[in-house]
Amino acid sequence: MNTIYFDNNATTCVAPEVRDAMMPFFNDLYGNPSSMHVFGGQVAKHVKAARERIAAFINADPSEIVFTSCGTESDNMALHGSAELLGPQAKIITSRVEHPAVLGPCRRLKDMGFREIEIPVDGVGQLDLDAFREALKGHGPAIVSLMWANNETGVIFPMEKLVELAKEAGAVIHSDAVQVAGKLPVDVKKMPVDMLSISGHKLHAPKGIGIFYLRRGTRLKTFMLGGHQENGRRGGTENVPYIVGLGKAVELAAANMAEESRHLTRLRDKLENGLLATCPDARVNGDRAHRLPNTTNMSFEYIEGEAILYHMSDLGICASTGSACAAGSLEPSHVIRAMGVPFTAVHGSVRFSLSRYNTEAEVDYVLDHMPKIVHKLRDLSPFGKGDVLPVNL
Amino acid sequence: MWNYSEKVMDHFRNPRNVGKIEKPDGTGTVGSLACGDALTLMFKLDADKRIVDVKFQTFGCASAIASSSALTEMVVGKTIEEAEKITNKDIATFLGGLPDQKMHCSVMGREALEAAIHNYRTGETMIKNLEDHIVCTCFGVSENEIRRVVTENSLTTVDEVTNFCKAGGGCGMCQDDIQKIIVSIRDAKIPPAPAVADKPQKKLSNLQKIKLIEEIIDREIRPQLKKDGGDIELLDIVGDRVTIAFRGMCAGCHSADFTRQDFIEAKLREFVDPAIAVVEEGE
Repeated sequence: MNTIYFDNNATTCVAPEVRDAMMPFFNDLYGNPSSMHVFGGQVAKHVKAARERIAAFINADPSEIVFTSCGTESDNMALHGSAELLGPQAKIITSRVEHPAVLGPCRRLKDMGFREIEIPVDGVGQLDLDAFREALKGHGPAIVSLMWANNETGVIFPMEKLVELAKEAGAVIHSDAVQVAGKLPVDVKKMPVDMLSISGHKLHAPKGIGIFYLRRGTRLKTFMLGGHQENGRRGGTENVPYIVGLGKAVELAAANMAEESRHLTRLRDKLENGLLATCPDARVNGDRAHRLPNTTNMSFEYIEGEAILYHMSDLGICASTGSACAAGSLEPSHVIRAMGVPFTAVHGSVRFSLSRYNTEAEVDYVLDHMPKIVHKLRDLSPFGKGDVLPVNL
Repeated sequence: MWNYSEKVMDHFRNPRNVGKIEKPDGTGTVGSLACGDALTLMFKLDADKRIVDVKFQTFGCASAIASSSALTEMVVGKTIEEAEKITNKDIATFLGGLPDQKMHCSVMGREALEAAIHNYRTGETMIKNLEDHIVCTCFGVSENEIRRVVTENSLTTVDEVTNFCKAGGGCGMCQDDIQKIIVSIRDAKIPPAPAVADKPQKKLSNLQKIKLIEEIIDREIRPQLKKDGGDIELLDIVGDRVTIAFRGMCAGCHSADFTRQDFIEAKLREFVDPAIAVVEEGE
């Protein structure tokens, strides 16, 4: 059975070119880039080249790139590092639909006595701008952390506007760009955020490497102590093979971004429109006009997401769900809830996220099988038929 | 992915007895769309008052569907009196076990069966008794329902109660109330008198002492640690020196030292011997 991988917002495959670029650094070129000998020093050149490539990828200066272990570490670095610097009089402003890697540290800071404000979103997952303006009001420093694109729905926040408002208010602004990087252009000159998080494994580099962009002049308390690496901003011997791999991955992403974006949009739209046409009582969650090209979050009413995923998995199709049951919690996805999705549709959400390696034949296969799965589970469900009503509503 | 048993996956992939019965003798529905799972169960009796036909419809995850399907297989051929003896544990066992977080699926099966039997006996649709005190407002779980899962499944922590009946799994506001219910059931089971009698009147033999320490850890200490996601392992007892190891969340916790001295040692001194000293592994 072939695997049809439509779960690329969870992780992506390592591109063959990336794997090949990394291999020498697991073999002959194992030196420490900090060493005072040619054997190590030659490795430092490759780290430098990767740093330059990555800087160019987001139109930053190489000195503004800090390598981390993952997007989550970058998010933690931004929030804890800024909060420690500014002290407890600083307020933390974020949104209700952030990734747990941002919400986690924000809520920890709240427990530590910081004032934390989580801005709500509307029915299509767009930020409440009035609430954001209101939150920025008042004296004292503010740390803003808002995601560029949402991992569950693909909804893109109006970052230009958000950065402008934050800057006007004198706040420092971080953005979790994990989902946007590699899918849409990221330019820190056009979009003057102070800090940015990027994760390697969402753009065909391996798991275990991330980028923290820190604008020159933005101050931060160092979070990971113990070494001079990364200009003293993140101690720890550089993860050389993965840094080189990430350098290759951004090169691949940059080379074909516009073309890939069109390819992904076409496949995603075909999948989405096809499912809407063949599965009654289905809906799209999120702002269809402002979305990543590769993502669709759909709800199939009256059935439950985990059951859908298990049937899909039996056919080799990989996707994910915001249903409570799949996560082992009892509450459905915080993103789906924040959007106020109707309760008939909350538990039946499925996210499909595509990559450059997906094909139209795969979309056709899913279009062929999904209606059968939905039909089978609807047949089982006591709801949606209008004749058997629950008593304990 | 969940580690579902083969039997769960079989019942999920090939659910038995799906559908409805024309003019059933009993019908019961529990759960709701909002809660994330719901089950309607119907049965028909033959001339000997045995369940001859049973059908279900379920909205929910793989284990909810499998639990419903399993239940239908379990009740066919049984009398009402036999069927109503089925517990959620029986359903889970029939399926070769369920993940902890999915035990509420088996409870939902048992509740639907009860509702259907109630409907057969009274002709009424069983609605949750409004007199019954609702503890968890997120999932509408009453005190009696919580008492029942705690008693039937010997639950000792709030997390376990949440796994079995969802109570406490929403906003979390009722978790203290659930803890009080657990404690009250435990206290009712262990009358205060024996607790006093636990205190040794005369010198204990080594074996008696070890047994008593084990008992106090199980009854007084472990449930409290589990509340915070932790656990304790008894490693050794030499004279009055009790060596323990912290597990789960307790391992590496900053307050572990405090817990060891002010809680564990205090309890063992109170119930076993005032001379006891508790040390952590490796100390």
